[in-house]
Amino acid sequence: MLGLGMDRLRADMNRLLALLFHQGVLDEQFLQLQQLQDESSPNFVSEVVNIYFHESEKLLKNLRALLVEREFSDYKKMGIHLNQFMGSSSSIGAKRVRNVCVAFRAASEQNNRAGCLRALELLEHEYCYLKNKLHELFQIEQQRVLAAGVRYPMHN
Amino acid sequence: MEGNFVVSRRMIDAFDVSPSDSEEAHVLAVDDSLVDRKVIERLLKISSFKVTAVDSGRRALQFLGLDEEKSASVGFDGLKVDLIITDYCMPGMTGYELLKKIKESSTFREIPVVIMSSENVLARIDRCLEEGAEDFIVKPVKLSDVKRLKDYMMREDGVGSESSRGGINKRKLQDCCDLSSSEPSISSSPSSSSSESPSRSPTSSSSAPSIPTPLDSPIRRLKMTTTDLID
Repeated sequence: MLGLGMDRLRADMNRLLALLFHQGVLDEQFLQLQQLQDESSPNFVSEVVNIYFHESEKLLKNLRALLVEREFSDYKKMGIHLNQFMGSSSSIGAKRVRNVCVAFRAASEQNNRAGCLRALELLEHEYCYLKNKLHELFQIEQQRVLAAGVRYPMHN
Repeated sequence: MEGNFVVSRRMIDAFDVSPSDSEEAHVLAVDDSLVDRKVIERLLKISSFKVTAVDSGRRALQFLGLDEEKSASVGFDGLKVDLIITDYCMPGMTGYELLKKIKESSTFREIPVVIMSSENVLARIDRCLEEGAEDFIVKPVKLSDVKRLKDYMMREDGVGSESSRGGINKRKLQDCCDLSSSEPSISSSPSSSSSESPSRSPTSSSSAPSIPTPLDSPIRRLKMTTTDLID
């Protein structure tokens, strides 16, 4: 019974991963992160991704705060935030989020405020989707770990 | 080789240094991004390096004892650093500026410096190489990139001692050897490393080396002809 459960969980995880790759939400860098996880660092991926979530939400907040300013003109600052966001997204394999950042940056370099607002909406949407899917992935992973009867420290 | 420093308790407490093992090379990693620091740290540790990760060029110089506001001669203990890997784009001091400072230092100029950047800009790569960088890695950094670092190590015990010739000569020497075998420095080539999963990229087959357009290694670039560069 347990064995079947494990197999199904593994299949669920693989299916979700395959979907995310197919959609271009994740790229091979995410696989690279998974390869860095082992017994000596069993929560590596979720640790890095949680740092990424934390930082991304700060960046999104900053970007929105900049753009709603009536007298907004600090495109340079926006560019800095975007470069950070782009960099960290690329480092965890968040391909679609990164691509939206690229388009966002282009709008910013053209001082195109309307374009930036549109890009921000899209960015928030993509980020949300990524976060939900990765949470789903980690949940399946946690279930798999529990099913295997091994106690791992659970990090938030 | 200069710089056989004594490890001090203070250093170990102040910086996040992994446990001492005299066989492992010690890498100083510099990146302002916490995500990237975590990743590079893990990449290095899994490749059997000791790692000290800092978040700025300033901190890197402090760690080395080169900070202008602290006199380097006033008993500042540091761990011997075998390689420095730094991000290019950082607030305050850029990786390029850090590179220059290190190469200007008589004590530390022999330490190989590798630059990482998310931007694949040829002018930037050239500038760094001219200033004495060993290599330029386009982010995101992968295991294959880190494995390559062993070639730049300065170790007295003979590990990688062939590579301590320095600079261009070393690269060309290695190029001659590498040309005949499957090339590990094209980072997406899946065949070279046994520890990497065969399905590196979901869309490419493992038999054809799928070379991405960004130039991952200036070593590769040096070997290329002009037509290859345009390609």
